[in-house]
Amino acid sequence: MAGMRHGGKGFKGGAKPKHAGKTIKRILSYMTGPYKAILVAVFICIILSSVTGVIGSMFIEVLIDDYVVPLVGSINPDFSGLVKAILVMAGIYLMGVLATFIYTRVIVTVAEGVLRNVRNEMFSKMQGLPIKYFDTHKFGDTMSRYTNDTDTLRQMISQSVPQMFSSVITIVAVFSAMLYTSFYLTLIVIAMIVLMFYVTKIVGGKSAKYFIAQQKSLGSLDGYIEEMINGQKVIKVFCHEEKAKAGFDKANDELCGNATKANTFANIFMPIMANIGNIQFVLIAIAGGALAIFNIGGLTLGAIAAFLNLSKSFSMPVSQVSQQINSVIMALAGAERIFELMDELPENDDGCVTLVHAKDENGTLSESDTYTGVFAWKKSTTEDISYTKLTGDVWFDNVDFSYVEGHEVLHDISLYAKPGQKVALVGATGAGKTTITNLINRFYDISDGKIFYDGIDIKEIRKSDLRHSLGVVLQDVNLFSGTIRENIRYGKLDATDDEIVEAAKLANADDFISRLPEGYDTVIDGNGESLSQGQRQLLSIARAAVANPPVMILDEATSSIDTRTEALVQKGMDSLMKGRTVFVIAHRLSTVKNSDAIMVMDNGRIIERGSHEKLIEKRGRYYQLYTGAFELE
Amino acid sequence: MSSAVYHIKKLAGEIGEYKKPAILTPIFVVLEVIMEILVPFLMAYLIDNGIDKGDMNTVIILGAVLITCTLLSLLFGILAGKFSADASAGFAKNLRHSVFYNIQNFSFSNIDKFSTSSLITRLTTDVTNVQNAFMMVIRIAIRAPVMMILAFVMVLIINGSLSIIFLCLLPLLALCMYLIITKAHPIFERIFKTYDKLNKVVQENIRGIRVVKSFVRESYEKKKFNAVSKEIYKDFSKAEKLLALISPTMQFFMYLAMLLVSWFGANLIVSDLFTKGELISVISYAMQILMSLMMLAMVFVMITMARASARRIVEVLDEETELTNPENPVTTVKDGSVSFKDVSFSYSKDSMRCALENINLEIKSGEMIGIIGGTGSSKTSLVQLIPRLYDVLSGSVSVGGVDVRDYDMKALRDEVSVVLQKNVLFSGTIKENLRWGNANATDEEIVRVSKLAHADEFIQTFPDKYDTKVEQGGTNVSGGQKQRLCIARALLKKPKILILDDSTSAVDTKTDADIRKSLREEIPNTTKIIIAQRISSIEGADKIIVLDGGKISALGTHEELLKASEIYREVYTSQTRGAE
Repeated sequence: MAGMRHGGKGFKGGAKPKHAGKTIKRILSYMTGPYKAILVAVFICIILSSVTGVIGSMFIEVLIDDYVVPLVGSINPDFSGLVKAILVMAGIYLMGVLATFIYTRVIVTVAEGVLRNVRNEMFSKMQGLPIKYFDTHKFGDTMSRYTNDTDTLRQMISQSVPQMFSSVITIVAVFSAMLYTSFYLTLIVIAMIVLMFYVTKIVGGKSAKYFIAQQKSLGSLDGYIEEMINGQKVIKVFCHEEKAKAGFDKANDELCGNATKANTFANIFMPIMANIGNIQFVLIAIAGGALAIFNIGGLTLGAIAAFLNLSKSFSMPVSQVSQQINSVIMALAGAERIFELMDELPENDDGCVTLVHAKDENGTLSESDTYTGVFAWKKSTTEDISYTKLTGDVWFDNVDFSYVEGHEVLHDISLYAKPGQKVALVGATGAGKTTITNLINRFYDISDGKIFYDGIDIKEIRKSDLRHSLGVVLQDVNLFSGTIRENIRYGKLDATDDEIVEAAKLANADDFISRLPEGYDTVIDGNGESLSQGQRQLLSIARAAVANPPVMILDEATSSIDTRTEALVQKGMDSLMKGRTVFVIAHRLSTVKNSDAIMVMDNGRIIERGSHEKLIEKRGRYYQLYTGAFELE
Repeated sequence: MSSAVYHIKKLAGEIGEYKKPAILTPIFVVLEVIMEILVPFLMAYLIDNGIDKGDMNTVIILGAVLITCTLLSLLFGILAGKFSADASAGFAKNLRHSVFYNIQNFSFSNIDKFSTSSLITRLTTDVTNVQNAFMMVIRIAIRAPVMMILAFVMVLIINGSLSIIFLCLLPLLALCMYLIITKAHPIFERIFKTYDKLNKVVQENIRGIRVVKSFVRESYEKKKFNAVSKEIYKDFSKAEKLLALISPTMQFFMYLAMLLVSWFGANLIVSDLFTKGELISVISYAMQILMSLMMLAMVFVMITMARASARRIVEVLDEETELTNPENPVTTVKDGSVSFKDVSFSYSKDSMRCALENINLEIKSGEMIGIIGGTGSSKTSLVQLIPRLYDVLSGSVSVGGVDVRDYDMKALRDEVSVVLQKNVLFSGTIKENLRWGNANATDEEIVRVSKLAHADEFIQTFPDKYDTKVEQGGTNVSGGQKQRLCIARALLKKPKILILDDSTSAVDTKTDADIRKSLREEIPNTTKIIIAQRISSIEGADKIIVLDGGKISALGTHEELLKASEIYREVYTSQTRGAE
């Protein structure tokens, strides 16, 4: 939901880059890599374009002093010199326009190319990050690196940097031209520049301060809106509209106050700068006039005109630079956040045991190229290659685990799931059930002890192969935009349409899918909000079923499905999982009752284990849970 | 186009008490422009009659006038800036206010129509877009054309024949700008859509990272992302390259104007029809004219971009609530009896796709009613008609013997308390959250309802007890705890009817039973309607309704239904299988 928004949230109040130098270098490395030659061309073009502007301003002097003044009063004026001068000027101008055309166009290629590389690299790196990263970082925070941060980076590469470069060139060129034209008049300009910088510092500083305040109150208003609108139905039920309005008004008024101040300073900045430019213009005219009249420094009328023109083209780049600096700083802060994501350590994977299709001929395993229904773990050392049949035998040997160092959540877990067994984990929220499943597929790595899979330490198995062998259905269903068919196919990319329907039937999802207007081609959007939670769970089971994995983990997979449908799903699953290992986590004890082994967990320990009958007989915690005498919370 | 006019009118209405600064801004902008226009004109005079003639007095006098003009221009500029900030911030405030207030009037079906995420976008991003466009309009959109016209008039005054140059160049430049913008605009529209697609891929990947990793689909997702990324790259390059044409085009015309003015100006000077000072000022005006046109083009782009946002906001403003209070509303609810007479209901107002069909039902005050049924059997729809969260399509629903449509909605909802299935807690303390039910509740009352909902027992284990802070969305309490807090909150209203919509699904069976027991004993006069999936949650009810496909399939007590209803029996066996 938050991702649909481009702006807002991602703003970090007054974020400043921490390692500006390093970040600039890194951005440059993206730019110089494939685009070195282009960049050189860009800079040459920028120089040409800026210099053309300066020459243009100087031309007026030549025009008046060298061509117009001599002609005035002559009876038969000869315009050929003037024509020549104008043509030369036209040539120079044309070159300038061409240079502008080239660099503005080419920089787009550079900026978009860099952006694309940054984006792709960031996404690719993100895919490799461990689950821990996603569990410990806020969604909106990661999201804004793809939206706000890349946007400011684009702005910087395609606009701010070339503009600043061009402004600096112009400033240098104009300043030299001014010095060349008149030293005295240049002094006035210097005085004015000092004034401009001073004003920038004061007004800009105030503006920045209120801007940060504005963003902060905008953030809190947006937060309030988000919370209230999300709870809008609850507000209605409690007739809480007036209260909601009152809270809104408070935040809205605060924002209005800060926005007024921030915008006032931002709005008056330009008129102030422009009018300082105008004052400078007038002062130059007066001083220039005085200098010309009293004949000091040999100033001609043309020179004054040129100087006036130069001074016009001087104040613009100066105020541009001071404006661009802000956006460059913001872009650098954004780039830093992007690089920070890229620099996160990826999931380590040093497993070398791989999963292969296999043929089982009289007890000897050999590798097969095609699907045989039999899988084997292939372990190759320098000497030989050995195969172990995949059976789904999982063994936890005294496993300890902590998410945060020093804060152990699983203590000394030992459990053994024989091939084909259904093992259930029950216990209160936070007892560590889901954590156990996170360890089997190595979303997290254990702190101590060992987990064996078909007798192989799971650390030796290549992660992708390990996960291929496990089917996982989670309580929170995540679907992807696309048709229902595509979503089920996610489990097995080359599944035929028949396989998909079969899997859906197995999960008892075929029924509701067929009733949708577009059937399997119904497009689901936004994580399938149009489907009920139960329907989404059925889809996610179908998705896992089509993958047909040897081991299945069902983490509260049927919690939102009514018991009647669940019983049907269960039946389908049971036939699918015949001879395979299943781990089931469920709140509803009716779901786990028919398991081969039930582990009752409490505070990260297994406190009871056995079949349903055995545990009932034992009259322990499970019995209490089952009869409702103990609270599962 | 007429819809655009309508949107503008509608939005302009939101300026409200900020009309004064909204009008003063363009006035001061115009004054500022006039001053800026005067400067080159006076300058020409100063050069010709002062410097050129060597008359220092004229230089000083005109210099003083010029400085005064500049200072005035500075003053007007600052005032314009200040007023426009006042007006735009105030306008945004009013706009947000109206949108938010109107949403507060929304009925459930209005909310369903927009979806919460889209309402949030409209209130945040869209308002900001419109605000920016508004500020542009009252400043730049006034400034640019006024500047252009006045500068042109000055050229006309100084030398009529030179103005022909601008008459020729301006339409050409305008045409170029128009072509560039109209070509680039659709590509930008497309980019926004592709951008949404990219965001969606990222969003789905972050949220569903466990799915991606379990199915080892990292490279598949990368391919998907790279494809969208490439699309953006291509479109953005195309659009930006088009926009990149603006700057050289602008330069081209500017330089062309300079050359033409230089050539013709020089000729005129030689023929003594034109002065050097005038030449310099005409060149200044040339720059002002062309720059204004470019500004205008930029404003045009901004406004077209804000148009979609404006449309989305007006949609919300125009949305009228479907439920309104009757003229002489009944303000007291006699008792907790409920009756449904031939009720049909549809979310889409389409009688062909009814969620509920032909429901007839009598509930006596104080009864405990259980409702059971499979996924999609419209259990929630049925109970939401009682506090009039939706209106029936046909038939009638009565509470306390009066049709719900005849009540004052607030009075009705105060007496009919619903604990929604998708419930939320708000940021604030537990106590503050519970007080939603009754703002004036004493601490004792709060503890009493918490005990009723069996929430007190876990609240007491928190270090801050009832002052424990609840995070936004209630993320720091477990699902079962949240449900019990929501029940307590509803109880605090002391309603005549209490509806629990699958509100104890995350609570264990024992506590669930305890809650029901306390409800039965402590508030015997309140009608209790309980939707549940567990038979155990409702088997003790006075009446159980079995819903199937939007119809009442069976009605009776637990024992009766076990005999009479096959569905009920199936549900029962599915939950008790192997228990014996």
